[in-house]
Amino acid sequence: MNLEDMILENVKNMPPSGIRKYFDMIYDMDDAISLGIGEPDFVTPWNIVEAGIYSLEKGHTHYSANAGFSELRKEICNSLMKKYGLKYDYNEEVIVTVGGSEGIDLALRALTGPGDEVIIPEPSFVAYKGCTAFTGAKAKVINLRQEDEFKLTPKLLEEALTPRTKVVIVPFPNNPTGAIMTREELKDIVDILKDRDVIILSDEIYSELTYEREHVSIASFPEVKDKTIVINGFSKAYAMTGWRLGYVCGNKILIEAMKKIHQYAIMCAPTTAQYAAIEALKNGDASVEEMVDEYNRRRRVIVSSFKEMGLECFEPLGAFYVFPSIKATGLTSDEFCEKLLQQEKVLVIPGNAFGECGEGFVRVCYSSSMENILEAMKRMERFIKQLR
Amino acid sequence: MDEILEILEKNSNYTVEQIAKMTGKTNEEVSCAIKEYEDKNIIAGYSALINWDMTSKETVVALIEVKITPQRGEGFDKVAERIYKFPEVNSCYLMSGGFDLTVIIEGKTMKEVALFVAEKLAVQEYVLSTSTHFVLKKYKDKGTIFKEKQEDDREVTFI
Repeated sequence: MNLEDMILENVKNMPPSGIRKYFDMIYDMDDAISLGIGEPDFVTPWNIVEAGIYSLEKGHTHYSANAGFSELRKEICNSLMKKYGLKYDYNEEVIVTVGGSEGIDLALRALTGPGDEVIIPEPSFVAYKGCTAFTGAKAKVINLRQEDEFKLTPKLLEEALTPRTKVVIVPFPNNPTGAIMTREELKDIVDILKDRDVIILSDEIYSELTYEREHVSIASFPEVKDKTIVINGFSKAYAMTGWRLGYVCGNKILIEAMKKIHQYAIMCAPTTAQYAAIEALKNGDASVEEMVDEYNRRRRVIVSSFKEMGLECFEPLGAFYVFPSIKATGLTSDEFCEKLLQQEKVLVIPGNAFGECGEGFVRVCYSSSMENILEAMKRMERFIKQLR
Repeated sequence: MDEILEILEKNSNYTVEQIAKMTGKTNEEVSCAIKEYEDKNIIAGYSALINWDMTSKETVVALIEVKITPQRGEGFDKVAERIYKFPEVNSCYLMSGGFDLTVIIEGKTMKEVALFVAEKLAVQEYVLSTSTHFVLKKYKDKGTIFKEKQEDDREVTFI
């Protein structure tokens, strides 16, 4: 038996990660600075860690309800109401998931299959396309544009919609561009989608990391609330990536369907992480604020440094990414990243790793210490200068 | 403008240009603000946080509880001043509770510290009693945890 033949076509056809080689290159380098890793550099705040440890000490080592502890679901609903004005019933409209990623997978598996189309604005998180492909549905990519500050515009959306469109992914604040959508901009999207038979999958995992203005959830528009699934979680806001904890909220009919998949595939999210998450929601706001302030300082340093270097760059107001254009250097994204790493030992990620329209850009992640960022900016400046 | 103070408190080594970038202000605005803080003594000084344990320098630190008699019209302040003016005194706090002053002293040896307490501190008029506690290990000081620098051990994930 040829084992290769046993593997499904759409799994086999999935291309391997394009950025792996950079991490292999940086592995042996001394003194390299990585602005490539898309997760907080902060350690989870101690009160949250301590709550997890305490739960273990007390012997809370069993399953929770499939949807997660009811106390946690209540806290999630309270927090969504307080922060974004979203009203969900903790009993029927929330599932605690293994990271936001599970939520994306659950939604796409519950909703789409062969013959369906999923609209994916790019550049964006790579899992949307991957999870869509595994369901057999077709990814319909929207190429977002720098001149729109990588926002989803009504025109681009209209062009992508077809009678087969089943799901529209709205990924803001965005990885890798740092773009956000304002209430007015979301309203235009809502007006297009409100009367259509499509589900909006709003990935708001970076919702707490916005700068100079507050995050707006598309689910806060009553016209589309019932057709919107909100994905969020603890990884980015509370620096809890390794705990693997997120959640999905939505109308009970959609959540019920997703819960079926969740209960058979996952059973329930890790309970230690759930106890920690309860503490995060109850007493974590001050820590989040402190981290956001620090991210904001780093963001300003990078954006102003790029301006000085002459790299064209819109001001990103969300997540922890800056997405400058490197077209003026005459290099491709791949060439730029490879040369920068070889010559100056600074790792940034080529924009095309997040979709073809990311070519000509690089993703610079500021979840690294201020000292690293200041040094990395010095090195990048030297690199850009010698290119000219 | 308090953000500048927060930044400097964490790391006073940043340059004016760096702080200007972090806060989105001009260099001039930042240097004026710092100058003002210095003039008003809001920024009272700059120092480095040194992990002396990693060096060959031997030091001992002691925390001394001091009970004093407050003075009419001057309260504790005058007595405290007589104590904190000694260069051996690193920090001096007025306390609530079972004693009045916490005095933190640094010396080369235990004997040196003990002699200072015996000869300079305990003999002060109005000082009723002292109780000396030597620091055995410094785990954390001014928000900094004194152990080996934490490495960035985040592994590669595709995100």
